[in-house]
Amino acid sequence: MTDTFEKIEDIEIRLLLQALYDRYHYDFRNYAMASIKRRLRQARERMGFATISAIQERVLHDPAMLPQLLGYLTVQVSEMFRDPNYFRAIREHVVPHLRTYPSLKVWIAGCSAGEELYSMVILFREEGLEERTIFYATDINQDALHAAETGIYDLDRLKVFTENHRKSNGKSSLSDYYSSGYARASFDKSLRQNVVFSDHSLVTDAVFGEMHLISCRNVMIYFDRVLQDRSVGLFKDSLVRKGFLGIGSKESLRFSEHAPAFDDFVREEKIYQRAAR
Amino acid sequence: MIDHPPEAVVIGASAGAIEALSRILPLLPSDFKIPILVVVHVPPDKRSALTDLFEAKCRITVLEVEDKEPLRPGTVYFAPPDYHLLVEDNDRLALSSEEPVLFSRPSIDVLFDSAADVWGERLIGIILTGANQDGSHGLRAVGAAGGTTIVQDPNEASAPAMPEAAIAATPTATVMSLNEIAAYLLRI
Ligand SMILES: C[S@@+](CC[C@H](N)C(=O)[O-])C[C@H]1O[C@@H](n2cnc3c(N)ncnc32)[C@H](O)[C@@H]1O
Repeated sequence: MTDTFEKIEDIEIRLLLQALYDRYHYDFRNYAMASIKRRLRQARERMGFATISAIQERVLHDPAMLPQLLGYLTVQVSEMFRDPNYFRAIREHVVPHLRTYPSLKVWIAGCSAGEELYSMVILFREEGLEERTIFYATDINQDALHAAETGIYDLDRLKVFTENHRKSNGKSSLSDYYSSGYARASFDKSLRQNVVFSDHSLVTDAVFGEMHLISCRNVMIYFDRVLQDRSVGLFKDSLVRKGFLGIGSKESLRFSEHAPAFDDFVREEKIYQRAAR
Repeated sequence: MIDHPPEAVVIGASAGAIEALSRILPLLPSDFKIPILVVVHVPPDKRSALTDLFEAKCRITVLEVEDKEPLRPGTVYFAPPDYHLLVEDNDRLALSSEEPVLFSRPSIDVLFDSAADVWGERLIGIILTGANQDGSHGLRAVGAAGGTTIVQDPNEASAPAMPEAAIAATPTATVMSLNEIAAYLLRI
């Protein structure tokens, strides 16, 4: 009994993901299945559907339901200066190399609501590199991109952001960059003057040229190995020779076919350098 | 007793975990036949000391999981702090930073649910000492999929709440002392 039931759910998930692709061109077919399954079960329960097929029926005919479903299919958990040691390593080890370029391009891939983007822009400002840099902030989730473009966060998250910033060896005070109103902190628009926001999928879209630093953290963790390889290949082709790639602290290039194209740069913080060869 | 040879063991523990695991994992031989996946609740901001600690004590290989880590026999896999650990398929693990479940990330329920999906009756689920309710739902999923369910005897546990909740959720689970659990694992 259990076996038959499980198989039905797997079929339903496969069909739903195919429907999302055929109808809306969102491609979750090669996402890591265990986590997708969990989140679709959650969506089914919380949205009050009896089955996953019922979600499919509805979303095929009702585009207005898509954003809500995308909210379940993409994980938006983030923080400013998440893993402070990562940003500290960028500051201490990557920045000295970046200083040698007259102009810079930085890509934050899977930027969510902008937490990682603003962290990087602030770090670059503190290090005097902001003015020569163009930042590309991309994501597939429109709601998240809009939030990133507004730069407004719940005030109760600022305590953690501030603490993280300090631990990353921040040279200024985070409060220099936002004004707080009732329950909200609004980040200064000057931080966005060199930022290009764009809807870009690591699954279906193409290379972004000539980057000096790509930070793609906790995004590929939701992909299966085929998709991870595609994304790492995309990063390889988007980086300048000896450009840098930073990934999430529990992600690894060890299992990727493109691993030989990268050298460890700061091993503990998962910062790699595009090999010169 | 088991008709389907088990393919993996999942263990969940919270308060008192180190002491309890210290009476099980160091007894296992380096050629233990199947992988063991462990979720222990650890504070999110700490680099987990678990791996170092057990590496020093154990003959079996001890690892902290990285995303898409391949599964091998004779290995204990610890969930890293601040990530959920999931079983992706028969031969790979996955991580996720989805919201905490019952205030926990890693969550025992998340690991047990995904393991039950993949292995069904060929899974052994074990709940040890702890002061919360995490794992009850997961152990029930292991049982519902036909897997073997074991709970540490609450009378012996340094924190009885978690094993008690697990027994309440899965009354058919076998209740064992730590010594019995270790002996059981040595026989498979
Ligand atoms: C967990 S958040 C990571 C946020 C941030 N990078 C961090 O580490 O805190 C994952 C983000 O990846 C985005 N994402 C998921 N699939 C994607 C894809 N195919 N291409 C680009 N971004 C994607 C999600 O919408 C989400 O905003």
